Amino acid sequence: MRRLLQMIPVIIGATFLIFVMVFALPGDPVQGRCGERPCPPSYVAAFNKEYNLDKPLVVQYLLYMGNVLQGDLGKTFNGNSVAHELAIRFPTTIKLAVMAIIVEIVIGISAGILAGMRRGRFVDSLVTVSTLVVISVPVFVIGSLAQLIFGVKLGWFPVTALKGTFYELIMPAFVLASLSLAYVARLMRTNLVENLRADYVRTARAKGLSQARTVGIHTLRNSLIPVITYIGIDLGALMGGAIITERIFNVNGVGNFLYRSIHQKDGVAVVGTITCLVLIFLLANLVVDILYGVLDPRISND
Amino acid sequence: MTDLRGEPADLSSEAIVPLQVDAASGPEQVVSEKALETGARSLGANAWRDVRGRPMFWISLALILLFVVMAIFPQLFTGKDPAYADLSKARQKPSAEAWFGYDSQGYDVYARTVYGARASVSVGILATMFSLIFGSVVGIIAGYRGGWLDSLIGRIAEIFLAIPLLLGGILFLYTFPNEVDTPFAIAVGKVALVIALLAWPTITRIMRSSVLQVKPNDYVQAARALGASPIRVITSHIVPNSLASVIVVSTINLGVFIAIEASLSFLGVGLQPPVISWGNMISDASGIGLIRLAPHMLLFPSLFLSLTVLSFIMLGDVVRDALDPRLR
Amino acid sequence: MTLSVGTSGKAEVEILDTRGAWIPVDGLLLEVDQLQVEFRTRDGVAKAINGVSFELHEGETLAILGESGSGKSVTAQAIMGILDSPPGFVTGGEVRYCGKNILAMSDEDRRRVRGPEISMVFQDALSALNPVFSVGWQIAEMFRKHRAMNKSDSQAQAIRLMQRVQIPGAAQRAKAYPHQFSGGMRQRIMIAMAIALDPAVLIADEPTTALDVTVQAQIMQLLADLQRERKMGLILITHDLGVVADVADRIAVMYAGRVVEQADAFELYAQPGHPYTKGLLDSIPRLDQKGETLSAIGGLPPNLMHIPPGCPFNPRCHYAQDICRVDPPPPLREIARHRLAACHFSELLLVHSPELEVTQTTEEVEAHLERELQYPVTAEGLDYEEEVERGAEPQ
Repeated sequence: MRRLLQMIPVIIGATFLIFVMVFALPGDPVQGRCGERPCPPSYVAAFNKEYNLDKPLVVQYLLYMGNVLQGDLGKTFNGNSVAHELAIRFPTTIKLAVMAIIVEIVIGISAGILAGMRRGRFVDSLVTVSTLVVISVPVFVIGSLAQLIFGVKLGWFPVTALKGTFYELIMPAFVLASLSLAYVARLMRTNLVENLRADYVRTARAKGLSQARTVGIHTLRNSLIPVITYIGIDLGALMGGAIITERIFNVNGVGNFLYRSIHQKDGVAVVGTITCLVLIFLLANLVVDILYGVLDPRISND
Repeated sequence: MTDLRGEPADLSSEAIVPLQVDAASGPEQVVSEKALETGARSLGANAWRDVRGRPMFWISLALILLFVVMAIFPQLFTGKDPAYADLSKARQKPSAEAWFGYDSQGYDVYARTVYGARASVSVGILATMFSLIFGSVVGIIAGYRGGWLDSLIGRIAEIFLAIPLLLGGILFLYTFPNEVDTPFAIAVGKVALVIALLAWPTITRIMRSSVLQVKPNDYVQAARALGASPIRVITSHIVPNSLASVIVVSTINLGVFIAIEASLSFLGVGLQPPVISWGNMISDASGIGLIRLAPHMLLFPSLFLSLTVLSFIMLGDVVRDALDPRLR
Repeated sequence: MTLSVGTSGKAEVEILDTRGAWIPVDGLLLEVDQLQVEFRTRDGVAKAINGVSFELHEGETLAILGESGSGKSVTAQAIMGILDSPPGFVTGGEVRYCGKNILAMSDEDRRRVRGPEISMVFQDALSALNPVFSVGWQIAEMFRKHRAMNKSDSQAQAIRLMQRVQIPGAAQRAKAYPHQFSGGMRQRIMIAMAIALDPAVLIADEPTTALDVTVQAQIMQLLADLQRERKMGLILITHDLGVVADVADRIAVMYAGRVVEQADAFELYAQPGHPYTKGLLDSIPRLDQKGETLSAIGGLPPNLMHIPPGCPFNPRCHYAQDICRVDPPPPLREIARHRLAACHFSELLLVHSPELEVTQTTEEVEAHLERELQYPVTAEGLDYEEEVERGAEPQ
């Protein structure tokens, strides 16, 4: 509960910052809405009225946030509701994100455990080096290369994912998961190694417990906690990655919508989408915080 | 290389330096992180010894050097003009004449790749510097002063952390876009500034916790009691303590920032043509049809970009392993 | 030549390999016979244990006394079979429990001995207990895993044990976590966990070092009570001479991986038979010494990778002579009834013989070491040993 209250000023601050960036600073929010020519004054006046641009900044912001909380994120160029545009695209993006998270968890944690258990041997070096490479190669490079190799050359997967079916989304999901996967594997490995050297492991062995139980239950529980919380925090990176991945594979999701809105200089859509995404991110962080408190008994909740 | 206290350390000697044992004191624990304060010389020297034996260290250093030189003196690597376009040669595959082939507009891919180093490396270095300076100052102030200032800074940091890096970058650069006519320095500076603006909280956090770790120590209290100004206390005691983590984080960040700049340029909000950026090149090369026809447009900038980022992250990794006494 | 003799010379006893059916012969629970342990590190091989032998009988308390780096914790870990291997390796000797060499057993069998038969209590209960499981769960684990009990039964047993070790409100507190207890309480929990399956041997590795003096006394009293109740053999590992004096029946003093003296507690305190023991006893401040300089044994224990030739104690020994520096290290031998010591001059020491000369004072020892640097004064090997003994990461 306390965390929720703590979060409120942050939410206000972040959304205000976003709002200010697009609407308050020198830069014409109307730009580009009318094509190449400058907009007729009547249009500008109507626009200003609709978005309360003639009112003081703080009032603007409050009115805007009021609308947001009611689900109104403004209108795009075409007059469609931004909220609506997002709503029809969210399912696809969520599908992609969930697939990516599953990949991240399964592969990342397994790789991390393997490397941690066989520390110093071949598997460990393999994991360390490959995660290093994956972290270094930017998502869009991985995506483009994957598209090239697995899509074009080998033909194993469709090159674009227009329909958003499960099969089409496999490659994008892996690409999206790649960066996070690498971090998860490393984190898991480091935690496991550290916990394997902990005193309580010695106690467990002194109790006559089997190696399997000592590692599988005692150590793993301790090692997993930071990893799970990391996955929650990582959602932010996942969002950024989604924009890129959706663009490369032409997935009809929120990320692609954002990308196109940027290109069309649709300020309202951009601000609406980013505000929405940031709110989701903050919510996820809150959940993760609480989860962490539940999993680790050393953290006191109130 | 000077040791972490600023006194030159004798790194050529291989001997284990025996510490003086006088009747009053006991043996010092040489291999510990806390020894950074009392035995900074030993930890720095040990780390150096460790690191210079690892091949990864030298490989990454060599790569970094290569790309930095490429950024500063691209002429050393190619005689061609990256701005010269010959449409008739568009999308030609690599040949003896053009090692990396030509792109859709007839630019020589090799030349552009080489010249692209400048933008990426500059952004990386600038962004790291900005975030380091700003983040450190804020972090030290927050840790040193404490109280309401600390809480305020903490809140502000949280606000910036609430906006994921890429989203924030997109947002900022959308508002202050780089135009076609923006001069190189400004464009690069802007992108670097934007990245730094979103990345400073992590540096602040490190510096702040370092301050909090060192401040309550007796020798700091003693220094203050003797009238040492806060600046002196900070520079002599606090900064050396945090140097290890900050170095590691900054090195890794450099790589990450280069990747982010490329991502932003790829999305079209970062550096715009005519500024040559690897991100732009990859973006231009990544239409579906284009990939089929002319993969060389994609492959070579990708390779250079990945290697650059890899070398920085690898270096940071190696240095961190060397400085971490627990991994011995 | 040690006092302990293998079972080959005694009547064969049928050892049934079923639960709880280990039968000690003549009350002899544990025999450690010429144990050797090495640590192979990147910087060299450290001989942590160099031929340690002792015995433990039912109901007996054996105290193993020594400084950091003497190998006392390593001995305990080797007996338990929880040595960190690599880098530690048992390279020689036997450990016989009820006549059977447990070092030669398979891992499976060894695990059946660890916990139910021989168990251990560690120094720092906060790090020795798993922070994310409740204490009741951790104690009950012994029953669930070794006795195949179900959850509720084992939990009930755990609560019963907690009550036995005098933890108030045991039923409710069984669900609490280690960090929610005070140091003394945590130590009791560890003890409860260790005695859960009624082991015959309890090894306590510095059980009270991290505790306040009053709590120390309580814990030692608890251990003594439990020992009496269950006829356990107790091995107490410590460097604290004060703790030992009260509880120990027999004392084994260790130095540089060897036992240098073994005797009944009272006799040891009354008249030490080894210069090292003498040095330890002399270093205890006494009220009637007020105004004089405290005496200490000069110098430090040796780097286990570079143990000095001859008797390992010779650089710091006040009575060291040429034979000590040159001849092979003196073996642990009988110097009086039921007393063993490893020194060429033990008999002289026992009777305060005037023939025994002081050849170097503390100041001379320290000056000598600084000048000569026979071995690095801050031994990196020492560091490692300490690290192993504490089992913790260097802080």
